[in-house]
Amino acid sequence: MAAQIFSAIFVIIVGVGGCVAYFWGANKLVDLIFPSRGVAGAAAIDNLRRQGLVRPWLFVGPAMIILTIYLIYPVVETLRLSFLDRGGINFVGFANYEWAFGDREFRNSILNNIIWLAVVPAACTFLGLIIAVLTDKIWWGTIAKSLIFLPLAISFVGASVIWKFIYEYRGEGQTQIGILNAIIQHFGGQPQVWISLPFWNNFFLMVILIWIQTGFAMVILSSALRGIPEETLEAAVIDGANPFQIFWKIMVPQIWGTIAVVWTTITILVLKVFDIVLTMTNGQWNSQVLANLMFDWMFRGGGDFGRGATIAIIIMIAVIPIMVWNIRQANKETGGH
Amino acid sequence: MAVATGNSFASRFGVHIAVLVFVAIWTIPTLGILVSSLRDKNQIIASGWWNSFSSSTQTEAGRLPAASTQVEKDGKFVLEGNIFGDGAKRNISAFGVKSAAPTQYPASTTADLGDGVTLLLNADGSFVMASPKAFEGDRGQRVYYASSAPPKFTTDNYKTVLFSEGIGRSFMNSLTVTIPATVIPILIAAFAAYALAWMRFPGRALLIAVIIGLLVVPLQMSLIPLLKLYNGVGSFFGMPSKTYLGIWLAHTGFGLPFAIYLLRSYIAGLPREIMESARIDGASDFEIFVKIVLPLSFPVLASFAIFQFLWVWNDLLVAMVFLGTEADQIVLTAKLNALLGSRGGDWEILTTSAFVTIIVPLIVFFSLQRYFVRGLLAGSVKGG
Repeated sequence: MAAQIFSAIFVIIVGVGGCVAYFWGANKLVDLIFPSRGVAGAAAIDNLRRQGLVRPWLFVGPAMIILTIYLIYPVVETLRLSFLDRGGINFVGFANYEWAFGDREFRNSILNNIIWLAVVPAACTFLGLIIAVLTDKIWWGTIAKSLIFLPLAISFVGASVIWKFIYEYRGEGQTQIGILNAIIQHFGGQPQVWISLPFWNNFFLMVILIWIQTGFAMVILSSALRGIPEETLEAAVIDGANPFQIFWKIMVPQIWGTIAVVWTTITILVLKVFDIVLTMTNGQWNSQVLANLMFDWMFRGGGDFGRGATIAIIIMIAVIPIMVWNIRQANKETGGH
Repeated sequence: MAVATGNSFASRFGVHIAVLVFVAIWTIPTLGILVSSLRDKNQIIASGWWNSFSSSTQTEAGRLPAASTQVEKDGKFVLEGNIFGDGAKRNISAFGVKSAAPTQYPASTTADLGDGVTLLLNADGSFVMASPKAFEGDRGQRVYYASSAPPKFTTDNYKTVLFSEGIGRSFMNSLTVTIPATVIPILIAAFAAYALAWMRFPGRALLIAVIIGLLVVPLQMSLIPLLKLYNGVGSFFGMPSKTYLGIWLAHTGFGLPFAIYLLRSYIAGLPREIMESARIDGASDFEIFVKIVLPLSFPVLASFAIFQFLWVWNDLLVAMVFLGTEADQIVLTAKLNALLGSRGGDWEILTTSAFVTIIVPLIVFFSLQRYFVRGLLAGSVKGG
């Protein structure tokens, strides 16, 4: 353990020191090769121009190398692997894709993912918006927001334990230690094993993600709401609009762009959701999702890289529209700069 | 914000209630594991945590002493004593002698066990068992009783999970993973962000577009190729493929797009005049970056550091793929996941471990919430 701590400290020093040394050294090197001071006018201008050509690449170089190894190459390689067999050696054409769409578990995952996509972003955005509007009106709104925001800092695994404890089931008539079943039993209902309840168990897993992500939606929408010009609201009040009309017809249309951002951000998160399903059910009782299925196939029976890669590609395909939209939005904004 | 007048009192009251309900729903789950982690492990299963401040009732079984301790009194053979022995006393509300009916008789009543045998069990645990015939055998009568114990809070669960369940070691492992994986990307990203914001070079717009595209690439796309790459590199150099170095680099790679994106949008917003006057004074790009941009960018660097710290600390997927499951490498999230499998019903272990897992993010979150929120807003609103 001491060795481990020592090596971690060593890495921080070497990593940071290495970065500093690289950037400083590379910069010095450019100055040495193309000196701009102490040479004749024309040569100096020439060298300055050359410096300007080289230096940006020294600055972005390390980031580009790491991004290439860790993200760009893997994307290409995963696409290639999805056409190969389990060991990644023989070409099998579309066999993995054909397998996927014939596989019961895969189709179940797709269906569940669609339900997750339909419910979670909508629920988070809706609840986040409502809470943002309500907390803006009261003096202890900041404290309330902090508390609702708090689950965002909790890991999915930690949140799963928290909610597993809420869904805990004891036989009928026994003392329920899970608060949900205790409430149900208190009002004369029948306690349930929530996470194995066919179909509905998906929703009990979704609640966890909604619980985590509502704070995110709330914070972003709350700041957008504050950006609404006061005059538009005052004008609406003078015209006799009631609070619901103000909310739906004045406020919501003005923050439509932000709502879209929140919605897409959570959508991407939902596509990648893995930890919650792994820790709560591991895909049992028809609660499988793509990301967990992919993880499963990476290691199942020694690992099937072809099928795993195929599932990853399916997730990627679902993300591409959002990716394109993001890039176009960003281009529009930074076009001038 | 303007609120319609008229029914303003009722509507304001309603707002308070509604927010209170939301806050309750969002905090009660976390409160549940915090309270449970501090409870005695027998009480956790005996009553819900929301009852933890009142006495909990549980059904237990005990055995009366063997026949050898009997005394003869008034022509009857009598066994006397206290069912709790020398142990802690609890309050008995009912008792029985059959496991099917453990609370058949209220405390302090005399139960007729047949053949003239009677048993009296008082609330304080003292008992008198009498019989016209001598008791026989060296195994005493089995007695079931419902007792209520006063609320008991303890830090024993924390001692257990930290020192004998391996959570303490995992805590160190998590720190080992998280700190370098948070620090290393910052400088790399900052230089790239400056170049992308303030230096002109061909391909810059394309690079920015690539980084915004990479922001949303699912991690799942990287796992298999990197696993293969790590295995290949490991066997080539004859080293294990699951190392801390491997996961530090992996987290650096996965964190870079967001880091560059966040820092770039901030650095691009710094006032142009400062840069230009520095340039006129003869400062190079390197000097401008180190002496002007880095100090001015402190808030956004802090935002990113918090994000990356929380992300790495809370990550399960990357840790499960790139680190081993032995004690010297397993991080908190993976350990908690393993405990969910191996200690499924032991809520004193699970709640306590979960709380140890989330306490660091909560502290970071509460102390640095300002930077966290700022990063969140810059990261998602401006870029779209």
